[in-house]
Amino acid sequence: MKAMIKGVGLTKIDQHWSKSIGELAAEACFKALKDAGNPKIDAIVVGNMMSGLLNGQENLGAHVAESIGMSGIPAVKVEAACGSGGAAVMWGAIGVISGVFRNVLVVGVEKMTDATNTEDQSSALATASDAETELSMGATFAALNAIIMRRYMYEHGLSEEDFSYLPILMHKNAIDVEHAQLRYKISLKDYLESPYVCEPLRLLDASPTGDGAAAVVIGEEGEVEIAGFGSSTDLVETFSRDLTELRAVRSAVREAMKMASIELNDLDIIQIHDAFSVIGYLCVEAIGVAERGKAHKFFESGDAERNGALPINPEGGLKARGHPVGATGVYQVAEIALQLMERAGSSQVEGARTGLSVNIGGTGSNVTAIVLRR
Amino acid sequence: MWSFVSPVPLYWRRRGFLLRMEKGECEECSFTFVPYKSICPRCGSTKVKARKLPRRGRIVSFTLVESPPRGFEYYTPYILAVIELEDGTRVFGQVSDAENLKIGDEVEATLRIVRVFGESGQIFYGFKFVPLSSSHYPVERMPSGTSNYQDDKS
Repeated sequence: MKAMIKGVGLTKIDQHWSKSIGELAAEACFKALKDAGNPKIDAIVVGNMMSGLLNGQENLGAHVAESIGMSGIPAVKVEAACGSGGAAVMWGAIGVISGVFRNVLVVGVEKMTDATNTEDQSSALATASDAETELSMGATFAALNAIIMRRYMYEHGLSEEDFSYLPILMHKNAIDVEHAQLRYKISLKDYLESPYVCEPLRLLDASPTGDGAAAVVIGEEGEVEIAGFGSSTDLVETFSRDLTELRAVRSAVREAMKMASIELNDLDIIQIHDAFSVIGYLCVEAIGVAERGKAHKFFESGDAERNGALPINPEGGLKARGHPVGATGVYQVAEIALQLMERAGSSQVEGARTGLSVNIGGTGSNVTAIVLRR
Repeated sequence: MWSFVSPVPLYWRRRGFLLRMEKGECEECSFTFVPYKSICPRCGSTKVKARKLPRRGRIVSFTLVESPPRGFEYYTPYILAVIELEDGTRVFGQVSDAENLKIGDEVEATLRIVRVFGESGQIFYGFKFVPLSSSHYPVERMPSGTSNYQDDKS
């Protein structure tokens, strides 16, 4: 059995004060269901990381089913930190490929602004790291990524300017994308003048916090096929690993491309997980697009632009489209699906037929890669 | 909201690591890791011995935390670092009394207060690292952060 994408639905990533997590998820679900022609749904998979910590709502599968008037059918939450959305799509696709379900609704949702201060938000995000060895020492997620960035700069002799190419391109891409959160241009000067979140990591290296939901309906028929997927885990503790290599990305991508029987040069679009500039760089290096320490050259060359040789994040990626944590992986897949169906509007990459999405949990400890093909 | 995450059992459970710096050493794949646990995280073997970590090592990378998670406000700003100890084991912790820290600097573990939960809450001890080189201690003044308490203002 094949897993096909029948419909997609996206909400604008924003501060949705007036909507609950269930109402936000419902908005994306109804858009996707309508787009798919309102098929009968057999199961719901929800991608989410922090509903318990930030919204006080676990049991999220049943909550989302109820929020869209579908109580009764199976519904569960899939959690893989920032990689929850991609994992949810994979498990939804497995439900259809196995023949157990005919139509699965996958929705990624994160409602971050219910925590109204950054301490609660960053404390919740920090639970993606290792509780006993990292959190117990005072780690934040930004701090771990700053440590990775400093090591990466040290090993490859990079300057802070070298990290500006990615955020500048992402902001440029997001300007005409309706569902994007940060729709404005930034310059090199803006980048270098933005304050440190955790030295050497700057504010303009970091993806924003926001609320968002994205949904896809997966069934046996449709225009876009989920042709391959791969998932891989690595040690949760950042410090135990090679700081500048994302091993789990490498193996997840290899598995996904093997399942789809494609090579790297068959790809027309890649969605990378640029939660921070340095993670975006390590991500393209692990995929094999750039050599280790050379990702900045790839972005500097212009190849990653919408009309370049290999467009990366044509909708602005996590940096500018936004990063509602557990929803992000579903946004990535939905955006590629729209591209392949030639429904991406002004961000359309001409003639795109094959795309890869890489969704990373933690600092590289839980990764799902998905290949879509028209 | 965070009150239900009580770290008392966590710090008690890992006292061998936090207070005595014990590591796990896998007899099957020779991986060394912290904290000591009875199952090797790399190969899944249960033949793991608890061993003492060396106290000295070098900075692999570091950053400065100015927006801490709950419970660490008292020591902010603080330096967090990945340290490779003399036996090759990597650990993660705070570095105190450091000025102009660099990758490669030698550090040594000391016992310090790690986390304080308000005036009436628990006080947790554990290891923090200090630089070995005297360049971190300018002679004209006391190193910053050596005093944990500021109530002695006389």
